Amino acid sequence: MACVLGGADGDLNYEETELCLGLPGGGKSEVETTTPKAPGKRGFAETVDLKLNLQGKDAVMDLNDNIKNASKDKNHLPAATVKDPAKPPAKAQVVGWPPVRCYRKNIMAQKNTSEVGEKASGNSAAFVKVCMDGAPYLRKVDLKMYKSYQELSDALAKMFSSFTMGNYGAQGMIDFMNGSKLMDLLNSSEYVPTYEDKDGDWMLVGDVPWEMFVESCKRLRIMKGSEAIGLAPRAMEKCKSRT
Amino acid sequence: MVISKKPRSQNHYPNPNFMREDRTEMSEDDDRSSPSDSVNTIDSCSNKTTSGSTSGSGPSSIPEYQAPYPDQVLENVLENVLCFLTSRRDRNAASLVCRSWYRVEALTRSDLFIGNCYAVSPRRATSRFTRIRSVTLKGKPRFADFNLMPPNWGAHFAPWVSAMAKAYPWLEKVHLKRMTVTDEDLAVLAESFFGFKELVLVCCDGFGTNGLAVVASRCRQLRVLDLIESEVSDDEVDWISFFPESATCLESLIFDCVDCPINFDALERLVARSLSLKKLRLNRYVSIGQLHRLMVRAPQLTHLGTGSFRPSEDVAQGEQEPDYTSAFAASKSLVCLSGFRDIIPDYLTAIYPVCASLTSLNLSYANINAEQLKPIIGNCHKLQIFWVLDSICDEGLQAVAATCKELRELRVFPIDAREDSEGPVSEVGLQAISEGCRKLQSILYFCQRMTNAAVIAMSKNCPDLVVFRLCIMGRHRPDHVTGEPMDEGFGAIVMNCKKLTRLAVSGLLTDRAFNYFGRYGKTVRTLSVAFAGDSDMALKYVLEGCPRLQKLEIRDSPFGDAALLSGRHHYYNMRFLWMSSCKLTSGGCQQIAQELPHLVVEVFNHEFDEDMGNFVNTLYMYRSLEGPRDDAPKFVSIL
Repeated sequence: MACVLGGADGDLNYEETELCLGLPGGGKSEVETTTPKAPGKRGFAETVDLKLNLQGKDAVMDLNDNIKNASKDKNHLPAATVKDPAKPPAKAQVVGWPPVRCYRKNIMAQKNTSEVGEKASGNSAAFVKVCMDGAPYLRKVDLKMYKSYQELSDALAKMFSSFTMGNYGAQGMIDFMNGSKLMDLLNSSEYVPTYEDKDGDWMLVGDVPWEMFVESCKRLRIMKGSEAIGLAPRAMEKCKSRT
Repeated sequence: MVISKKPRSQNHYPNPNFMREDRTEMSEDDDRSSPSDSVNTIDSCSNKTTSGSTSGSGPSSIPEYQAPYPDQVLENVLENVLCFLTSRRDRNAASLVCRSWYRVEALTRSDLFIGNCYAVSPRRATSRFTRIRSVTLKGKPRFADFNLMPPNWGAHFAPWVSAMAKAYPWLEKVHLKRMTVTDEDLAVLAESFFGFKELVLVCCDGFGTNGLAVVASRCRQLRVLDLIESEVSDDEVDWISFFPESATCLESLIFDCVDCPINFDALERLVARSLSLKKLRLNRYVSIGQLHRLMVRAPQLTHLGTGSFRPSEDVAQGEQEPDYTSAFAASKSLVCLSGFRDIIPDYLTAIYPVCASLTSLNLSYANINAEQLKPIIGNCHKLQIFWVLDSICDEGLQAVAATCKELRELRVFPIDAREDSEGPVSEVGLQAISEGCRKLQSILYFCQRMTNAAVIAMSKNCPDLVVFRLCIMGRHRPDHVTGEPMDEGFGAIVMNCKKLTRLAVSGLLTDRAFNYFGRYGKTVRTLSVAFAGDSDMALKYVLEGCPRLQKLEIRDSPFGDAALLSGRHHYYNMRFLWMSSCKLTSGGCQQIAQELPHLVVEVFNHEFDEDMGNFVNTLYMYRSLEGPRDDAPKFVSIL
């Protein structure tokens, strides 16, 4: 895609303000124009690395945090390591473009999965019950409506936002890159999402690639971090194996 | 619609003789001839006392009688006249004439429209307008639909519903767009308004089937429950069963966006006992077989949204299926069809019998090709509104153009909404439509390839265009034949379409295009810009040249502080300005906030986004009588 170069503004840092199609994660110092970035750069949930990020004190989910993830972790994995062997990595998409409402996008996505799913199992949706400790009622989500942990995380946050207590709520997923942070989280009263898989084991969400998660997840439970501590070892192992 | 207002002092019904006496009295006192003329011409059914003071109603010859202050008489007259004004623009104008008119207009207004829920507070609105029966509120700006606004931004219905519960117990209608509504809010609504009739929620979120259940059970006079493109959470409540057991007043039930299974038997019984039902839109959990049962129960429907246009999975292959075509044939009043989710195209032919009378057809969730469309559309001579997926290709659009001569509104949605998708429709389809559908007023067209020539052709062939929204999905794409920017095409639209009020642009656009908008876009009220323009000049052209501009939403375009400041003369005339991922700095935003104290200037920034430097990610600013709101989340800075 061609880059849009603005007018001849000599006083602006050009690389900084170029509006280009580029993958997030290019550091400021990396001036190579192969992957420049724009002030408003965003990573599309689908193609950005499946890094699941802790929200901190803010009870707000923000898609722009993909940028935050990318820039914070640029020393770790490169951005857009897509765990989807079935398709070649799509061009990095921009949030909210083309301007088709999520409502419609979801329906078209459902349609696609239902067409595929019918050939496979005849069951097009993957509804699982979601409960959150302390919330008066259950919810249900169709995991096939989402394409990534980030999307699921956003949806859960919205669903349970009215039940947030104190500064924390149904936050984003855990940052597996950062072991100590993980332990802090688990020791705190933050909520972490967990799920029961096909074998009846309870695991921390985010362990496995998204598609595998969708296939194996039977129900979701958002529990307090301190209660989830027993589930952490697997996550810690994974963390160790990456560093 | 005209609502004749009962005058305020109903307890002072004078006898007719008194009335005549009073008129003569008044015509002596009053210099002006017109009020007495108006009094004489007023229909006596209003039975309004003209003796001024609200407390006394004695005959005017009593010495203690307080002469009515001149305005009072006029106000009474006005009340009887202004109650006939329905257009809110007329009412706004009337309220500016003088204090008297302001007061009376406020008393006689029954429909309250608030285009930005933060422009005015519930308290202020309910203080001024005391007799409202219908409220329309809009919350988030449109770009929120595209994930450009972080969640929990605001637009809460709660403060409004609690203020209205006290102020308008007779409230009948609530229409919300892009507001956050909770189940608790719906409960308050259901409890507070004894005669509540219509609830319409468009692009709202925050509630679930629990809330719907409360509304269904408590609002016994409910006529309209329309949920349109809203996010409704599944609380595993059988809300359909909560409608009253007896005959209902339901005229419209739209729930296609409620994405959870429903109790079909309960729905069938509900439809059977809702004899006034005219509009029914089902969700995808209703199969075509179930649809048939409903259609048989309700042949009087005028608007039908099918659910899943395929049999349910437990219908065995080869099993005898009902005659869907007959059901459609029996629905002689159908003028509007939609739904067709999960369609098996073979079933589409069932709608043949109604095609000739259809004025509105929404196939935008149906993945069908041109061949499957043609037999249907070939009969739709009266069609005025058509929504469809680009799966029909240019060929399908040509078929539309050949038959639908009455078409007013066309929307072509992408089946694959990604930048690098194939794009089955192009300038060929647009050109065909422009030639065949000369009465076109509104178009939304997603494509990957376009030419200036086709857009220019549309500007000339369709002079009635009011809304022109063209989305070339690949960013910065030029005319794919000439390689030139799309400036001339969009320029022609503003130049030739004299009634144009809404414009959305795309493709490769230089400052030149914006120059055209500023020069010719004198009637434009809403403008959407994305990935366009070269410099500040572009935005300046628009802000200086478009006097009617009310809503301006811009993303990812190289406009900075100078451009922002150039619009200072105009911002109080606008509902809002949105600019995201442009070149604004906090300095510029701060400056405009200082210069224009009645603007609320919201800036969304992100703590950790060190790469952003001084640039503001998103600016959303709007005029307001209230100053900064107190429900802004942490990520919003109000300057």
